[in-house]
Amino acid sequence: MLSRVISGDGPRSPVLTAALLLILVVLAFAPFLFSGAQPLNVAAKICVFILLVASYDLLLGYTGIVSFAHTMFFGIGGYGAAIALSRLGPSWSALALGIVVAIVVAGLLALVIGLFSLRVRAIFFAMITLAVATAFLVLASQLSGFTGGEDGLNYSVPESLRPSFRLLEQPVFGTVVNGRIVTYYILFFVVLAGFLLLLRIVNSPFGSVLQAIRENEFRAEALGYPVVIYRSIASVVSAVIAAVAGVLLALWLRYTGPDTTLSFAIMIDVLLMVVIGGMGTLYGAVIGSVLMIIAENYLPAVFGKLGAAAAGIPFAPLILSADRWLLWLGILFVLSVYFFPTGIVGKLRALWQNRKGGAPQTRSARAEHEKE
Amino acid sequence: MSDGTAQREEAVVASPPIDWLPILLTVAVAVIALPLIGSVSTWVTLTVAALAMGMIIFIMASGLTLVFGLMDVINFGHGVFISVGAYMSLLVLRPLMGWVDSPSLMLNIGVLILCIFVAMAASGLFGLLFERVIIRPVYRQHLKQILVTMGGLIVIEQLLHVFFGGSPITIALPYNFRGGLSIGPDTIVERYRLIAVVIGVAVFVAMMLVLNRTRIGLLVRAGVENPEMVEALGYRIRRIFVGVFVAGSALAGLGGVMWGFYQQTLTIGMGLQVLVLIFIVVIIGGLGSIGGCLIGSMLVALVANYTAFLEPKIALVSNIALMLVVLMWRPQGLYPVVKV
Amino acid sequence: MSEPLLTLEGVHTHIGRYHILQGVDFAVPRGSFTVLLGRNGAGKTTTLRTIMGLWKASRGSIRFAGQDLAARPTPEIAASGIAYVPENMSVFSGLTVRENLILAARSGKIDDTRLEWIFSLFPAMQRFFGLAAGTLSGGQKQMLAISRALIEPRDLILIDEPTKGLAPAIVANMIKAFREVKNAGTTVLLVEQNFMAAKMLGDSVAVMDDGRVVHRGAMAELAADHALQHRLLGLHMEVHQ
Repeated sequence: MLSRVISGDGPRSPVLTAALLLILVVLAFAPFLFSGAQPLNVAAKICVFILLVASYDLLLGYTGIVSFAHTMFFGIGGYGAAIALSRLGPSWSALALGIVVAIVVAGLLALVIGLFSLRVRAIFFAMITLAVATAFLVLASQLSGFTGGEDGLNYSVPESLRPSFRLLEQPVFGTVVNGRIVTYYILFFVVLAGFLLLLRIVNSPFGSVLQAIRENEFRAEALGYPVVIYRSIASVVSAVIAAVAGVLLALWLRYTGPDTTLSFAIMIDVLLMVVIGGMGTLYGAVIGSVLMIIAENYLPAVFGKLGAAAAGIPFAPLILSADRWLLWLGILFVLSVYFFPTGIVGKLRALWQNRKGGAPQTRSARAEHEKE
Repeated sequence: MSDGTAQREEAVVASPPIDWLPILLTVAVAVIALPLIGSVSTWVTLTVAALAMGMIIFIMASGLTLVFGLMDVINFGHGVFISVGAYMSLLVLRPLMGWVDSPSLMLNIGVLILCIFVAMAASGLFGLLFERVIIRPVYRQHLKQILVTMGGLIVIEQLLHVFFGGSPITIALPYNFRGGLSIGPDTIVERYRLIAVVIGVAVFVAMMLVLNRTRIGLLVRAGVENPEMVEALGYRIRRIFVGVFVAGSALAGLGGVMWGFYQQTLTIGMGLQVLVLIFIVVIIGGLGSIGGCLIGSMLVALVANYTAFLEPKIALVSNIALMLVVLMWRPQGLYPVVKV
Repeated sequence: MSEPLLTLEGVHTHIGRYHILQGVDFAVPRGSFTVLLGRNGAGKTTTLRTIMGLWKASRGSIRFAGQDLAARPTPEIAASGIAYVPENMSVFSGLTVRENLILAARSGKIDDTRLEWIFSLFPAMQRFFGLAAGTLSGGQKQMLAISRALIEPRDLILIDEPTKGLAPAIVANMIKAFREVKNAGTTVLLVEQNFMAAKMLGDSVAVMDDGRVVHRGAMAELAADHALQHRLLGLHMEVHQ
């Protein structure tokens, strides 16, 4: 039964299983485990990013193509909900309209980009997505009448999602079940469903074809699979799920702006989460998102202290300052691509496999032997 | 068999045909823009600006396209050499403020040449390091190439942050290059743009001479077509490649200096911004093609300048539309490189 | 006879997961014209590419003029005195014929007397000397590809199916030129499907099948033995008669 829920694609490592279960339990009960707004914000952000990063892994890890437009689709979701809620008022029907429009726009845009760039060369995809995403970012900041420009949009959410709303009269385990908690659980269950859907997709015949294409494009084409079509469909699915993640973020923050959804920094974050977690595993998206978001929320403070401590050494405070977070992420990123191509999940699985005395896990071995 | 038979069997094609259509397209874009803009003097100003911008973009893009042609390496980090070049000019401009503000043309030219020299040396050196550390381990693996070169770009950008700070830096043009030059009734062209065109043309001519008249140039052109055969003739393609990579990085640095003066503002992210235009250029032109790179640069610059005047909000979008139109017409770019 | 110029012993080559050469043994005597025959897919082209180092031999030894080539990079192999004319000719189409030859002359200059000699082999070359190689016909490209191998004195020339797809008149011209090259004392290893051409040129012959050499010997011997031809080459000779 459980195996069917996760499409027979288990974590295949006891350490990983334990970590995933822990994450699942903590996220499921986060509103009751922590007090204060900050931990719940972190938990909500983790939920949204798990879905965002997992949908990106469908492209990078399973299909073997690099997109720089994933945050654009994330942003389309966010702006879809934001524009609908701020123009039409905080009703469920407005939200629904925003979601539908966002999903259609994201899907169509992904299809057009895919058909245009993948038809010629897979490498065009990375270049064209970078160009299109940049143009979209510029457009979103310029069309301020529509998108709120650089400032973004603030809006109200439907009433039952507001902090003032009470679902239950009595507190549960000492926590008042208000609209924020309702919102959190909407996030949680949509993300869970989305993640299980992705697991289903990658373990379906469609997912196997994607991986066959990643391994050897020409062979897949020779076997009669239209490579461009498959890659484009993967890109559309990935874009639509990213847009859904964007909607969730928009609901949680009650604000949508270029910095929260479209910025290049978020794209880099997503890349890092996939690579560090483990490309082509989906579970890597969970591990990567959790680690990175916790680190991003709590490490800069540590860096700040380190920098202050190293005040005497020239340039050390500059390099260790909290603002230089991205420098270390960049170095970490390059090093992980070289020395850690299967990420944490790949390593854990390989360790367990060795311990059991079997041959190395084929999937991680394949990821190591990546070709284009 | 007589030689005559062979002659009849093999009709000799007269001369290598030049494909004029893309050149005509470029001219057509400029002509169509004239009635839309409405004023001849504005049109001239915009077109000269586009020429200057196009030449600068060409200088920056040429290295990227040759590197791809030679070794099938796509360098997403290329943009950072632009930023490196631009910021290195600060090392010259800051101590030599007097030269910049001096009314002496010689000192003005001197400071510009020094900027260019320092920028090219620095970005060339960065290029050499980048090739060794970042790119060498990931030959023939496009996916990893894209990832690590993007990672390298972030790291070097952040290092620039550390040394120069994150806020935009305004730079002044040398005294004699400021302001405009009247070239007709109501028509004023900024001096620096003319200088940029002159430098751009000089670099283009020098590059063409090297590529067409020297042995190294022949090797590069042959290598873009068929690296394997170049090796089979006894040449080390790797060395040629490293040379081209360093030269391409140095040219990106030169472009960075020129772009910095063009904008008169330096930002850390400028390289990445321009990289987007460069990608559009090389896709339009045909990856690996140097002639396509020139035409692509001109097209992109013309469209960018005209739309920036007509409807500034859609400047970049219009370039993407241009790219899509070109890809619909010629999916491999305007001048596809025939690979064996 | 003294030691052969080129000796392959037990050469294996893998391309990806495919095991193409499965123990190739043969020798090319100095000054001889050796023909490598065999059906499509027998491994002839892979053998030449392995000698050039364009595919790496996974096992076995390739000895050329006293040195082992098996582990060396392609440019070094070329510099040690081997010229290669690949199957698809691989002329640089963006370069002129002259520029193609300049690159092939590693000293940087075309030797006039050798150029005269090449013009005497392929008189038509003089007419298209200044044209871009991309504008040439198939036969002209083949002439250029062979000239590129002849523009400098080389100890060994590897030629892969030069007659493929060419009109009979041009093939005849090509054979005439190869005779000249042979008379000039150059050692040649020729891959050929056209048995008639092979018979006219070859001193010795090796026949490949399924990644191995299945027959070695003098060309005259094979040319005289129709049963052997039939067994080794199947219908090829009828096709090319």
